[in-house]
Amino acid sequence: MSNEKPGTRFAPWEDVGAVPLITFRGVTKRFGEFTAIDTLDLDVFEREFFALLGPSGCGKTTLMRMLAGFEEPTEGQITLAGQDMAGVPPNKRPVNMMFQSYALFPHLTVWDNIAFGLKRSDMARDQIADRVKEMLRLTRLEQFARRKPHQISGGQRQRVALARSLAKAPKLLLLDEPLGALDAKLRQDTQFELMDIQEKTGTTFVIVTHDQEEAMTVASRVAVMDHGRIVQVDTPDRIYESPNSVYVADFIGDVNIFEGSAEPGADVTQVTWAEGQPPLTGSADRPLARGTRCAMAIRPEKIAISAEPPADRANALRGKVHDIAYLGNISTYHVELPTGHIVKAQTANTRRIGRREFTWDDEVWLSWTDTAGVVLPAETT
Amino acid sequence: MRRLVVIAVPYLWLLALFLVPFGIVLKISLSDIALAIPPYLPTLDLGRGWTGLREFFGDLDFENFRFLTTDDLYWKSYLSSLRIAVISTLLSLLVGFPIAYGMARARSDWRPTLMMLVILPFWTSFLIRVYAWVGILSTEGVLNQFLSLIGVIDAPLIILNTTTAVYIGIVYTYLPFMILPIYATLEKMDESLLEAAEDLGCSRLQAFWLVTLPLSRNGVIAGCFLVFIPVIGEFVIPALLGGSETLMIGKILFEEFFSNRDWPVASAVAVILLLILVVPIILFQRNELLQQEAGK
Repeated sequence: MSNEKPGTRFAPWEDVGAVPLITFRGVTKRFGEFTAIDTLDLDVFEREFFALLGPSGCGKTTLMRMLAGFEEPTEGQITLAGQDMAGVPPNKRPVNMMFQSYALFPHLTVWDNIAFGLKRSDMARDQIADRVKEMLRLTRLEQFARRKPHQISGGQRQRVALARSLAKAPKLLLLDEPLGALDAKLRQDTQFELMDIQEKTGTTFVIVTHDQEEAMTVASRVAVMDHGRIVQVDTPDRIYESPNSVYVADFIGDVNIFEGSAEPGADVTQVTWAEGQPPLTGSADRPLARGTRCAMAIRPEKIAISAEPPADRANALRGKVHDIAYLGNISTYHVELPTGHIVKAQTANTRRIGRREFTWDDEVWLSWTDTAGVVLPAETT
Repeated sequence: MRRLVVIAVPYLWLLALFLVPFGIVLKISLSDIALAIPPYLPTLDLGRGWTGLREFFGDLDFENFRFLTTDDLYWKSYLSSLRIAVISTLLSLLVGFPIAYGMARARSDWRPTLMMLVILPFWTSFLIRVYAWVGILSTEGVLNQFLSLIGVIDAPLIILNTTTAVYIGIVYTYLPFMILPIYATLEKMDESLLEAAEDLGCSRLQAFWLVTLPLSRNGVIAGCFLVFIPVIGEFVIPALLGGSETLMIGKILFEEFFSNRDWPVASAVAVILLLILVVPIILFQRNELLQQEAGK
């Protein structure tokens, strides 16, 4: 959710004076021979909704479990609100976690589940009752207080888990794939509910997910992880529009990649990518030396498709419609170039399908502007 | 029709192998002892028709049951059996729970092996295993030799032919029945529940008390019944390991049947034992049923 209104913009990571709530400094975690987290540095600020995104096995869950105290770093230091967390057990941390499996106590009612953490603190009995009531109201579970977890639906269980982890008003709430078990429709609703609750309570949320859409929707910043390292930390829009590597561009959303060699110009960089094809023009965030291996990444929705050669576009390629994926709201055209490359171009279906302009085997032009694509250093692997 | 056949099978089984034999035992318990084959009266002679049937039922009475109340040996034996069953159930729980817990917490590739080790003793005859304890516990037995060798004791411990030996034998024999149901519930338990408890402020010990223990309740109850019910009627262990001081109803039953050849009194003892067992068996069934419902 990029929020561009001046004055109300929440971006403590841009403020050099801001003190982060969580810091990771040179944190490494090894399990035997396997390095789960590799000399990682990270700052998370108060009131952030921070998403850790990556494929399974990238270390995101380990990172979260280190914050919760279930794993200790092999090297490096983690601080929370200025305090070194080394050796602090999970039950002594101002951190609560919402588990992927929800981990609701099956022998306790919804009410007792939510009160569980409060009863372990020194809170007075009537205060506990008030707090539980507040949590039940926040998660709209009032009428289910006396039920056991197996007597409520999956979505309700998810809310109980959330209420339970929020009840102790932790400084930091960790959410491990919180919506993984919900169906698509419920997921969407719950994403907005989560954001709403995060805003209301002002708690810092760190969410682990492998679902990029979910991360983009809920997070103030997203960290894309791969093999125990953070590849890029940025706001969702910058992650999407200005990925710093082919890995990030490819992981988030759909992308076309043209590999070639760089030809830096004044504002834009040209990429020579195939014989007999015009070089492609895009912008590079980091200057690339002439002739370096690079890749042009261009999102399908930024490619226009037309029957006539476009007049004023920097990039234009000719091809043949190979396949059409009709998704209802949009259609993705798979266009085959003379070189054999398949390029995906997306158009919104503003007209009904009967009026579609192009069909299989039509000769078409693909075009995009000189700033639509990003030129990235090629993957070294 | 097919359904009827399917349902009929277990009912016929129960009828032929439980209800009919029980009816016979009940009838014998209402008969009188006699020097005959079989050693009781009356026997049913259907050749004499109605009058025979009337006389037959007229001869049945509760005399044997009244007899059981006159000699305090019987009710003392019942009580002693109950006490031994309760204590050995608790001892089995005390020993079995940590073992089951350890098994459930062991690495998953170890669990089948551990499970095997628990079941392995069943591959040897029960009688031989109990008899082996005689060799271990007797005054010249392995245990006493070992203890005097390392200098812990001067005079041999007298364990064999005491109630202690009976407890050792029972706990040893019935331990798997305690371990397996507890292990089954603990193994099913989601480990993230313990992490959640810790995350919410519990120490490890508190998490055990507040989460592990309540969630293993059904296994504990099942295990306790599985030990308690057969132990009440146990005969072999007190006969081989216990002395004259150990009163157990199984032993009394055996003596009435084979030493005294008093089938009617022995049957009365058996009928009362069954009545005593009905209560825990019903409770056990109810626990299983509740467990199934909760599992849905």
